[in-house]
Amino acid sequence: MSISGLFVISVSAILVNNFVLARFLGLCPFMGVSKKLDSAFGMGGAVIFVMTIASAVTWIIQNYILNKFGLQYLQTIAFILVIASLVQFIEMFLHKALPHLYKALGIYLPLITTNCAILGVTILNIDEGYNFLETIVHGFSAGLGFLLALVMMAGIREKLELADVPESLKGLGLTFVTASLMSLAFMGFAGLV
Amino acid sequence: MRAWKEFTKGIIKENPVFVMALGLCPTLAVTTSAVNGVGMGLASTFVLLGSNTVVSIIKKMVPNKVRIPMYIVVIATFVTLVQMFMKAYFPALDKALGLFIPLIVVNCMILGRAEAFASKNNLFYSIIDALGVGVGFTLALTLIGAIREMLGSNSVFGMQLVEGFQPMGFFVLAPGAFLTIGVLIAIFKAIEKKNKEN
Repeated sequence: MSISGLFVISVSAILVNNFVLARFLGLCPFMGVSKKLDSAFGMGGAVIFVMTIASAVTWIIQNYILNKFGLQYLQTIAFILVIASLVQFIEMFLHKALPHLYKALGIYLPLITTNCAILGVTILNIDEGYNFLETIVHGFSAGLGFLLALVMMAGIREKLELADVPESLKGLGLTFVTASLMSLAFMGFAGLV
Repeated sequence: MRAWKEFTKGIIKENPVFVMALGLCPTLAVTTSAVNGVGMGLASTFVLLGSNTVVSIIKKMVPNKVRIPMYIVVIATFVTLVQMFMKAYFPALDKALGLFIPLIVVNCMILGRAEAFASKNNLFYSIIDALGVGVGFTLALTLIGAIREMLGSNSVFGMQLVEGFQPMGFFVLAPGAFLTIGVLIAIFKAIEKKNKEN
C-alpha cells in the first residue's frame, strides 16, 4: 500500500466526503454539542479516539470472525455491541490510566455510543473493502473531519449568539441554515481527489 | 380518549423531526426524493413498532442496569430483519438508502421511545405510541423528500411537474437538505407560537 493511497483516503474523509457536511453522519452531536468551542473540542477529540479504535476492532471482527464463519448478516448487531462495550471500556481505562485525558473527554464518551458516525465509519470500512492500515487511516481522518466541522460550527454559533435574528429561526433552524452554507463551501473541495 | 391522544401527539405536537429534532441523520441523508422518504419512514416505523412491542413486554424482566444494551440488541435484531427483507424484495430502494438502513440502530428516536415510553407503559399504548411517532416520522420525511424533489428535479414521486422549469440541483445535494430542514423547523416553530398566542 502506497503512502499516496493513504493520503487520498485521508483527504477524502476529511474534506471531500466530510462525515457531517457531505455524508450526514453524526448530526445529533453536531447540533447538540456545538454551542461552545471548548465542548466542541472535547467531543471532537473523543470521537477521533473512539473512531480510530472502533475501526480497527470491528475490522478484525469482520475479517476474522464474521467472514470466517459466514455470519455476515450479524454485522449490525455485532458492530453496535462492540462499539457500546468499547466505549465503556475506553471510559474505564482512561479513568484509571490517564485521568487527565479523562477529565477532558469523559463526559462526552457515553454520548458517543449513539453517534451514528461511529457505526457509519465501521460499516463504510467494510463496504469499501479497505485493508487494516487503510481502515485505521480512514477512521482517524473521519474523526478529524468531524472535529473540523464541529469546531467551525461552534465558532460560528458563538458569534451568532449576539446576532439579532427572527424569533422562530433562533436555535435549531438557524443552525441548520448555517450548516447549509458550510456544506456549500465544502462542496468546493469536490474533485480534489 | 387516551389512545387517540397517544397516537396523534407523535404526528404534530411531538413530531420527532421538526419538534424533537430526533433521527436527523436519516432524515437529511435519504430524502433526495419523496419515494426514498416514504421507504425510510416505513422501515423506521417497522423497527420502532417491533422494539416498542418487545421492550414493553420484557420491561419487568430486564434489570435496570443493563436495560440500554438490552434495548439496543432488540432494536438491532429488528434492523437486521428489515435489512434482509429490503435486500430480498426492494433491491432498488435498498441501494438508494444504502448505509442508512443499518444505521437505523443508532436512530435516537427509536431508543428514545423505548426508554421514554415503552419501558413505562403497557403493550397496547406502546404499540399506539410507536404507530403515532412512526407516522409522524414518515410524514416528515415524505414532506422533506417531496420539497427537495420538487425544487431539485422538478417532480414528485417520479412524476414530472411543470414543463420547462429548470430544476435547482442544489436541493438534491447536501446543502439543500440542510437549508430545507432549517426553514421547515423555523416554520413549525412560528406556527406553534401563533397557536399559543390564540
